[in-house]
Amino acid sequence: MKKTYKIEVDCANCANLMEEEAKKTKGVKNATVNFIFQKIEVEFNDGADPEIVMKDVLKNCKKIEEECEIYLTR
Amino acid sequence: MMKKKQKIMLIRIIISALLLICLQFITMNGLIRFTAYMIPYVIIGYDIIKKAYKGIKNKKPFDESLLMTIATLGAVSLGLYQESQGRIGDYTEAIAVMLFYQTGEFFQNIALEKSRKNISELMDIRPDYANIEKDGVIKKVDPDKVNINDVIIVKPGEKVPLDGIVINGHSSLNTVALTGESIPKSVEINDEIISGSINITGLIKISVTRNFKESTVSKILELVENASSKKSKSEDFIAKFARIYTPFVVYSAIILATLPPIINWIISSNAMFSVWIYRALTFLVISCPCALVVSIPLTFFAGIGGASRAGILIKGSNYLETLSKVKTIVFDKTGTLTKGNFEVNAIHHNKISEEKLIEYAALAESASSHPIALSLKKAYKKEIDISRIKEIEEISGNGVIAKIDNKEIIAGNEKLMEKYNINPIKCHSIGTIIHIAIDKKYMGHIVISDIIKPESYQAIKNLRKIGIKNIIMLTGDLQKVACSVAEKLKIDNFFSELLPDDKLQKVEELIDGKNILAFVGDGINDAPVISQADIGIAMGAMGSDAAIEASDVVLMDDNPIKISIAIKISKICLNIVKQNIYFALGVKFMCLILGAVGIANMWLAVFADVGVMIICILNAFRVLFIKFN
Repeated sequence: MKKTYKIEVDCANCANLMEEEAKKTKGVKNATVNFIFQKIEVEFNDGADPEIVMKDVLKNCKKIEEECEIYLTR
Repeated sequence: MMKKKQKIMLIRIIISALLLICLQFITMNGLIRFTAYMIPYVIIGYDIIKKAYKGIKNKKPFDESLLMTIATLGAVSLGLYQESQGRIGDYTEAIAVMLFYQTGEFFQNIALEKSRKNISELMDIRPDYANIEKDGVIKKVDPDKVNINDVIIVKPGEKVPLDGIVINGHSSLNTVALTGESIPKSVEINDEIISGSINITGLIKISVTRNFKESTVSKILELVENASSKKSKSEDFIAKFARIYTPFVVYSAIILATLPPIINWIISSNAMFSVWIYRALTFLVISCPCALVVSIPLTFFAGIGGASRAGILIKGSNYLETLSKVKTIVFDKTGTLTKGNFEVNAIHHNKISEEKLIEYAALAESASSHPIALSLKKAYKKEIDISRIKEIEEISGNGVIAKIDNKEIIAGNEKLMEKYNINPIKCHSIGTIIHIAIDKKYMGHIVISDIIKPESYQAIKNLRKIGIKNIIMLTGDLQKVACSVAEKLKIDNFFSELLPDDKLQKVEELIDGKNILAFVGDGINDAPVISQADIGIAMGAMGSDAAIEASDVVLMDDNPIKISIAIKISKICLNIVKQNIYFALGVKFMCLILGAVGIANMWLAVFADVGVMIICILNAFRVLFIKFN
């Protein structure tokens, strides 16, 4: 399953780091950050609950860039 | 409009810059002077320092903010050290570095926002509303809320919000935003029209055939937005490079701060610690790879945006990149280089009038939906009077035998004629030949052939001009026909009489892993071939989901000249990407070297960081201003 979320991140390198962090998060199969359009596309593993996984993704991303934001509700 | 965050940043930049200038004219000493200088430093840098603290806490030693903080605080410490030696400490540099760094970030933010806006304006095809008529009153509604089979009204000057069929009125439509074609297209009742085009002249009523999510406009916008998520090799390279670059610079800085002083101390017992620490701090200022990381996706995106304005949809940065390296282009013939609809081209050796011959042929073939039959019907121009036809028998692959006006009509190829002992006159023209006999007497033949698109000649020439070495044509058509088309268009090589499977096999044979191969087709029956090629290009794809799905590059209209334009755009983009990579890396490494030997100071270093980034972004913007035609 794939879902797209709006994000806010100021620097392009941080966006790349966010992508890496998101990919490492449990339950995430693949993730792509689109810095220009400020969105993240996350592909979840089968059986993973996107809501729970995304909370972890956000937590991990916050670690590398305090000011980044992922808007979990659309 | 600036965002609130940006406004605050601008104010911080101005205040700290003014304070810094004022401080240059005030004479102070010792602790008071130190404290006075720290005020602008904190104003401009507090968020960076805060982030640096978080960096330490989260154990991210290569955090950009942390490195900036170490560099500037290090510079301040050196100032304090100078004070303790009885000299006047230099704090200005630390503040200036922070100030320039923040100014750079500020400009980058503004530039990105501007580019986002510019590019979305380029693709200004999203309709804001749809007019729905209810009980005689026209109401504006969200296009999202309109259902299939609803009737919408489009007034002159308005965008067509959803795909549909005209049920009332006629008009001409401007499809330039979709196809790049500036000549308006006229539409009548029962014509299909596509969302995103602009109604120019008349009021039309449209019966909606697709809801908003499925409509062409939404599909195109989604495609272009997702395109920049498919990352190119250059982007991957830079992301990997960034991961190595920062640690490399930081470790170099540590070595620079320790090793030379120790060696100095051993040799001459004068370590010159402060000199080498300053040089190491200069390194830290250049440690961010941001210029590259920002400008490359931006360039690709600008290229994709610009191409979409020319009616070329490129489905990913990776495809844009591959497109620039295409060496071989394989064309499908029918519908790609030729118009794909067969037309009656000539009538030879007719014993009765041409009109009569066409009439009998059209009537005899009237039951068939084969392109040949359709072209005969088209040439006949009148309605078929079915009552004249008594019986029709199709001889598969050869032709038909029909009873019309109580005459026996035999229409078909030479074999069919010979079967009935009729002696056909052989034809030397290229195309499909329909021989016609009435009551077993030979009456002449009709030549039907596909016509080469007038743009095809220029398209092939343009491709050669931009360095495409190999141009190959594949077709299911006869060798004779293929040869004639290839000769006229000056195509190097062709393969004829191929079944769809043979085309796939041929393309697989031609893919050699070294030379990038692009296949161009109409996407209707060659979707497997399109997806097999290194780059699959579908043309005339407006409204055809299957073609859009299978291909990597979609030409909205069926003009083959667009292929060379797409390749040109990709080459320009790749050039800019290369320029940015070489320029940014060149300047940074130069600064590292100059910094190590003490020629470059922190001022130059901060330029290498911020200035290079701004120049790279501006360079990326150039793509938006290129004229494609």
